Amino acid sequence: MISATHYLTLAAILFAIGTVGVITRRNVITMFMCVELMLNAVNLTFITFSRFLDQIDGQIFVLFVMTVAAAEAAVGLALIVVLSRHTGTLDVDQANTMKW
Amino acid sequence: MVLEHFWILILFPLVGAAMNGILGRRFPHPVIAWLSCSTVALSFLVALLSFYNFIRLPEDQRILTHHLFTWIQSGNFISEFSFLLDPLSMVMILVVTGVGFLIHIYSLGYMAGQSGYYRYFAYLNLFIFMMSVLVLADNYLLMFVGWEGVGLCSYLLIGYSFEKRTAGDAAKKAFILNRIGDVGFLIGVFLIFRTFESVQYLTVFQAVSEQFAVMGTEFGVLGAITLLLFIGATGKSAQIPLYVWLPDAMEGPTPVSALIHAATMVTAGVYMIARSAPLYSRAPETLFIIAVVGISTALLAALIATVQRDIKKVLAYSTISQLGYMFLAMGVGAFGAGVFHLLTHAFFKALLFLGSGSVIMALHHEQDLFKMGGLRKYLPVTFYTMWMGALAIAGVPLFSGFFSKDAILWKTFAAGNEALWLMGVVVAGLTAFYVSRLMFLTFHGGERSEKHHQGAPDPSPKEPSWSVTLPLIILAGFSLLAGYIGLPSYLGNNRLEEFLAPSFRFQFSGQAASAMEHAHLTEVILTLVTLAVAFLGFALAYHFYIKNPQVAERLANRFPWLYSLLRRKFFLDEIYDWLIVGPVQRISRTILWKGMDVHVIDGLVHGTASLMQAWSHRVKRIQSGYARLYATWILGGALLILFYYYWISP
Repeated sequence: MISATHYLTLAAILFAIGTVGVITRRNVITMFMCVELMLNAVNLTFITFSRFLDQIDGQIFVLFVMTVAAAEAAVGLALIVVLSRHTGTLDVDQANTMKW
Repeated sequence: MVLEHFWILILFPLVGAAMNGILGRRFPHPVIAWLSCSTVALSFLVALLSFYNFIRLPEDQRILTHHLFTWIQSGNFISEFSFLLDPLSMVMILVVTGVGFLIHIYSLGYMAGQSGYYRYFAYLNLFIFMMSVLVLADNYLLMFVGWEGVGLCSYLLIGYSFEKRTAGDAAKKAFILNRIGDVGFLIGVFLIFRTFESVQYLTVFQAVSEQFAVMGTEFGVLGAITLLLFIGATGKSAQIPLYVWLPDAMEGPTPVSALIHAATMVTAGVYMIARSAPLYSRAPETLFIIAVVGISTALLAALIATVQRDIKKVLAYSTISQLGYMFLAMGVGAFGAGVFHLLTHAFFKALLFLGSGSVIMALHHEQDLFKMGGLRKYLPVTFYTMWMGALAIAGVPLFSGFFSKDAILWKTFAAGNEALWLMGVVVAGLTAFYVSRLMFLTFHGGERSEKHHQGAPDPSPKEPSWSVTLPLIILAGFSLLAGYIGLPSYLGNNRLEEFLAPSFRFQFSGQAASAMEHAHLTEVILTLVTLAVAFLGFALAYHFYIKNPQVAERLANRFPWLYSLLRRKFFLDEIYDWLIVGPVQRISRTILWKGMDVHVIDGLVHGTASLMQAWSHRVKRIQSGYARLYATWILGGALLILFYYYWISP
């Protein structure tokens, strides 16, 4: 029997992988995918609670998160295209002009 | 009908002031003049019609109020915007609009072709409006509005030719000295409200006549109120110690001196005290102070007036001196006599000022008496009318000043103040002296005008246009006749006193009528004494300035210290400079400016800025521009929050 703890542990592991990815990787696209991974880890948590508490709310949240994630993907990828055209690279550390 | 809506007379000058003030720059001069004069004429007409209907009312109904709206309401404090017409304000409003109208007419001639024509007439109209508010207000707060308003107009008109430094300084001096007095006035009004819970005249007077039915023996709250109000009056009406602004105010155009600084505004203090007679008559200590201040001012100013060279300065000191008489009247409780002198003084002093303006115009703005002389044949109208004014102020029998001045002196004597009476008689002598000196130097003797140098002589001085001479003639008529409304008791009825009686009905009447009240013989003898002294003054002036013009100079050389003491006005300006202005300037410069401003205030501002800068230099390193680093900060923050909620405050 797979309990709620298993699902939640999996979600936590996925979230941690995503976080570490965002912080350590320099490639913008990789960072972007890691953000998606974090979002889906959260989705998994929502679904788990929805299932085990027998409430529908969590699933609705997930639908929202997926919608936002889709929009974010569209805008984010567009930004990445512009960034790569502008700097000629996908290395996020090269885009460091946003400072004092 | 007119009587119900008497208050509309204040609106006309306001409209005139607004139109001239806002649009006057574009109007041609005749339009400005027409607008300005006609609005005041309308006011005067309404005042006259009101008076006509007013005297037809039975005596006990001669108190009319008109409520416009509630001006301020806060807790139990209510100040109404409403007006009161009673005999006292009736007399005042007639003087204000009547003399005001004549002086508007005079200004047409006097100000012709001057720059800022519209400005002048706008201010003058505004002044009439403010003065009407002051006079017609039915509570102390609204009176204060007018009180401040006329002060503002006085400031604006003294500084009319503001490009002249002296004019600007004189305007500021007048304004600041008046503010000092106004502080007293305002605190007095606060105290009135605290004591009587109202600022409405009639409510306050009713309350005071109930609460203070018997004369208190010690100096109480009433003493404080009356004294504070009197401090306001010393500022506005130029009494010791705040009188020094009035001589300087002569920088303003001559019609302004006549209207504001002789006939109306400076008498506001006298009016205020007469209006508050129910309060003052119950504060004997204050009354005594007023009497002493009044007669001292009268004496001091009359002494100074005897040696001034500037024709307008002589008249200015004369005004201060005559105001001193009015305060003396207030101080001995002769409120009616004081108002009577206020009335006659408004006529003859306005006349003297306007006459001097005519002389000044004819001589192309020469004001030095010793450069005039022999003008009699060039300016006949001015000559005759001004002599009427001079005889009136000198107290020559049959002229108005005789009746009013004598009423004051007699009341002073009858109230048992022989010393004050004696000083008053001396002042009467000095008055006769300085005013005859002024007339002799201006119109008689040889021509001392310096305008005749450089070969081609100037065209001889000419009488100005009708708009100047007409007001002179009318005012001369009033100077001659106005006295007959207040005959002394040995000659007949004092109609003015009877007319004013309803205004003073809340006055303290505990004192038994003085036994002297009907001592006709004493009154006549005292009058003769005064006349003799006045004649002595006249004879001295004749001797000094007509018969032996060198005598005056020789006397001045014989007693140089006395002469310079008088010439320099008892060094009062210098004493004030040394005592007040100097220290204030020094404290401002060293402590307030170089200490407080530079170090404390600037230090605070600059310190804040440099503190921010120093900190920013350190903190700005965090903002590196690396997106991954920012993500780490966010993570760190999120972890901290988690940590806090999980372990520290679950």
